[in-house]
Amino acid sequence: MNPLLEIVDLAVSFRTSNGLIRAVDGVSFSIAEREILGIVGESGSGKSLTVLAILDLIGDPNAVVTGSIRFRGIELIGQKPETLRRLRGGAIAMIFQDPMTALTPVFTIGAQISEQIRIHTDLSRHAAQARAVELLDAVGLPDPHRAAARYPQELSGGQRQRAVIAMALSCNPALLLADEPTTALDVTVQAQILELIRKLRDDFNSAVILITHNLGVVAETADRVAVMYSGRIVETADTGALFADPHHPYTWGLLGSMPALDGIRRPRLTTIPGLPPALDRRPQGCAFSPRCGFVRPECLPAPPCLTGTMHQAACVIADHERAAARNQVLAA
Amino acid sequence: MASTIIRRLVHMVAVLFGISVLVFLIFFATPGANPAERIAGKNASPQTVARVERQFGLNRPLPIQYALMMKKIFITRNLTSYVNLGEKVVPQVFKAAPITLSLVAGAAIIWIVVAIAIGAVAAAFRNSWIDRLLMVLSLIGISMPVFWVGTMANLFTQGIWHHTWLFSWVPPLGYVDFSKSPVLWFKSLLIPWITLAILYIGLYARVLRAALIETMQEDFIRTARAKGLSERQVLLRHALRCSLVSVVTLFGLDFGVLVGGGALLTEVVFGLQGVGYLTYQALETLDLPMIMATVIYASVFVVVSNAVVDIVYAAFDPRMRLRR
Ligand SMILES: Nc1ncnc2c1ncn2[C@@H]1O[C@H](COP(=O)(O)OP(=O)(O)O)[C@@H](O)[C@H]1O
Ligand SMILES: [Mg+2]
Repeated sequence: MNPLLEIVDLAVSFRTSNGLIRAVDGVSFSIAEREILGIVGESGSGKSLTVLAILDLIGDPNAVVTGSIRFRGIELIGQKPETLRRLRGGAIAMIFQDPMTALTPVFTIGAQISEQIRIHTDLSRHAAQARAVELLDAVGLPDPHRAAARYPQELSGGQRQRAVIAMALSCNPALLLADEPTTALDVTVQAQILELIRKLRDDFNSAVILITHNLGVVAETADRVAVMYSGRIVETADTGALFADPHHPYTWGLLGSMPALDGIRRPRLTTIPGLPPALDRRPQGCAFSPRCGFVRPECLPAPPCLTGTMHQAACVIADHERAAARNQVLAA
Repeated sequence: MASTIIRRLVHMVAVLFGISVLVFLIFFATPGANPAERIAGKNASPQTVARVERQFGLNRPLPIQYALMMKKIFITRNLTSYVNLGEKVVPQVFKAAPITLSLVAGAAIIWIVVAIAIGAVAAAFRNSWIDRLLMVLSLIGISMPVFWVGTMANLFTQGIWHHTWLFSWVPPLGYVDFSKSPVLWFKSLLIPWITLAILYIGLYARVLRAALIETMQEDFIRTARAKGLSERQVLLRHALRCSLVSVVTLFGLDFGVLVGGGALLTEVVFGLQGVGYLTYQALETLDLPMIMATVIYASVFVVVSNAVVDIVYAAFDPRMRLRR
C-alpha cells in the first residue's frame, strides 16, 4: 500500500550572515492512512519545522527546504502555491501549540470555522455556519451554538483548543498535523484533548502526526514514534517496540525524565545533562555525543546512520551491549 | 452602557472646565495682559480704561468674571466680541463650524482610504522597491508644510495653470455652502481636502504598515495561512482588521484636533472662514471672548470624537469590549 505521506531526506536550512545553518537534516519518514505518528524531542530539535515544511508554512524568506515530500504521490516541495493552498486546511490540516494565540482575536469562533469551510467547499454562508456548530459539538464543546458566537478570548484554553481542532477537522482532512496541541494546557485538559485526537481516526478517518516533547503523550496516543534530536531522527519504531526496547541513549534520557501522565513522578528523575548544541556549533559526529555517557571514537567523525528495518536507531551501541548500558541510565 | 455614557459625560465636563479655566487664566490673569487697556485702545486715558473696566465687568473678582463669561457662552449665548464691539461670538462659531467640518471630514475620508491602500500595499510587498518608494513618498508627504503645499496648489490651480484644461474647473477661493450648490461645494473643497490629507496620508500609511507587519508575525496569521487562505486574504481579512485599531486611535485624536481648529493653516491658505480661521483672527486681535468660544468649541470636539473613537474601537476589536 502506498503511504499517505512520504518524506525523504528533508532538510530545512536558514540563510544567515554566517552562511547556511541546518535546522532539519536528512529527515525521512512515512505515514499510512489512519496512522498516528508521534514525533518527540526536546524543544529546538526541528519538530515544528519538519511539519511546517509539509505545507510550506515556515514563512521565513530565508528558509531553504530540500528533499522530497510526497502526499498521495504528489510532490509538495516546489509545488505551485494554488495547489498547496487547496491542500492547506483541506486534505491536510494543522493544529498549533498555543490555542491562546492561534485564533484571530477579532472574529468569532463560528466565523473562523465557517471561513475555512467556505474556502474548500461551496456551502452557503448559512450552511457553513451550521456545519461549524456541528463540528464544535463533535469536539465536545458544551453549548456549541453559543460557543460559535463567541470570540476566542471568551473561551478557556481547553475550549479554545477544541475549537481549533474543530476548525482543523472542518474539511475532513486525511492528515492532521498537530504541533504540541496539549503543551499549553493543564494536565487534565491535556488528557481530554489527547482522547479527542485519538478518536479522530475513528470518527474522521484522519492520519495524525502528533508532535510533543513528552514521551508520555506518545505512549498514550501514537502507533509509531520518531525521536528527533538536533534536526535529525535518531530513533523510530512502533510505539510498543520503542518503549519495550529503546535503542538510543537520547531516548533513554527522555524516558528517564518523563513524568507519568497521571502526574505522579518517579522516585528518581534522570534528566539529560547539558543542552542541545546550537545549530551553528553542532559537533561533526553524533550531535548527542557531548551529552552522551557512552561515547566512542566511532561517534565523532560523522553522525551514525539510522540502521535497522522496523526499529531504526542512529547509534553505534550494539544489540548485545544495549541492555546493560540502558540499565545504567534508567535503573530506578 | 448607561454608566459608560454617564462616565463619558462627566469626563467631558471636567475636561471642558479645566481647559476653559486655563485659557481664561492665561488671558485674564497673566501679569501685563490687561484686557481693559486693550479694549480701550492705544493711548487711552486712565478714565477711559476705568470706564471700560466697569462696562465689561473687568473690575470684578476673577471667579465671577469667569462665571459670567461661561453663562454668556452657554446660557444666554450673547457674549460679544471685545474687538468688533457688539458682534455676538457664539453665532459666529456656529457659522464657521460647518465649513471646518466639511473640510476635515472630506480630507479624512481621502486620507483614510488612501493611507489604508498605501499601507496595505507596502506591507504586502515589504522590503521590495514598491514598499521603499511608497515609504519615501509618505515621508515626503509628512515633511511638506501644509501652508507651503496649499500655497503651491493655489499657485497652480488658481494661477499659472488655471486656464489649462487641467484646472479650469477650480472655482475661486472660498467656501460655497452645500445647500447652495453641492457641485460647487465639492469643487471648492477638493483641492483643500487633498492638501490637508497629504500629511495624514503619509503618517497613517507608515503607522498602518508597521502595525500590519507586526500583526503578520502573530500566530493566528499562520493559522489563517494553514486554513488555505491566499496571502492577500490573510493580509486584508485577518491582519488588516487587527491592525486598524492603531489607526482608529490616531484618527480620533487627529480628527478632533482638526475640527477643533487645527486645520487653521489650510483654512487660511484657501480662504475658508472656518473655526481655525476664526481662532487665528481672534488670536491676532486678542479678542478674548472669541478665543474662549473657539477654545471651548474645540475641546468639545476633541472630547466628543474621543468618545466616538472608543465606540468604534469596540466595534472593530472585541478585545476592547472585554477589557471593561
Ligand atoms: N525562522 C527561523 N530562522 C532561524 N532559525 C530558526 C527559525 N525557525 C526555527 N529556527 C531554529 O530551528 C530549530 C528548530 O526549530 P523548531 O522546529 O521550532 O523546534 P521544535 O519545534 O522541535 O521545538 C531551533 O533551534 C530554532 O531556533
Ligand atoms: Mg515547536
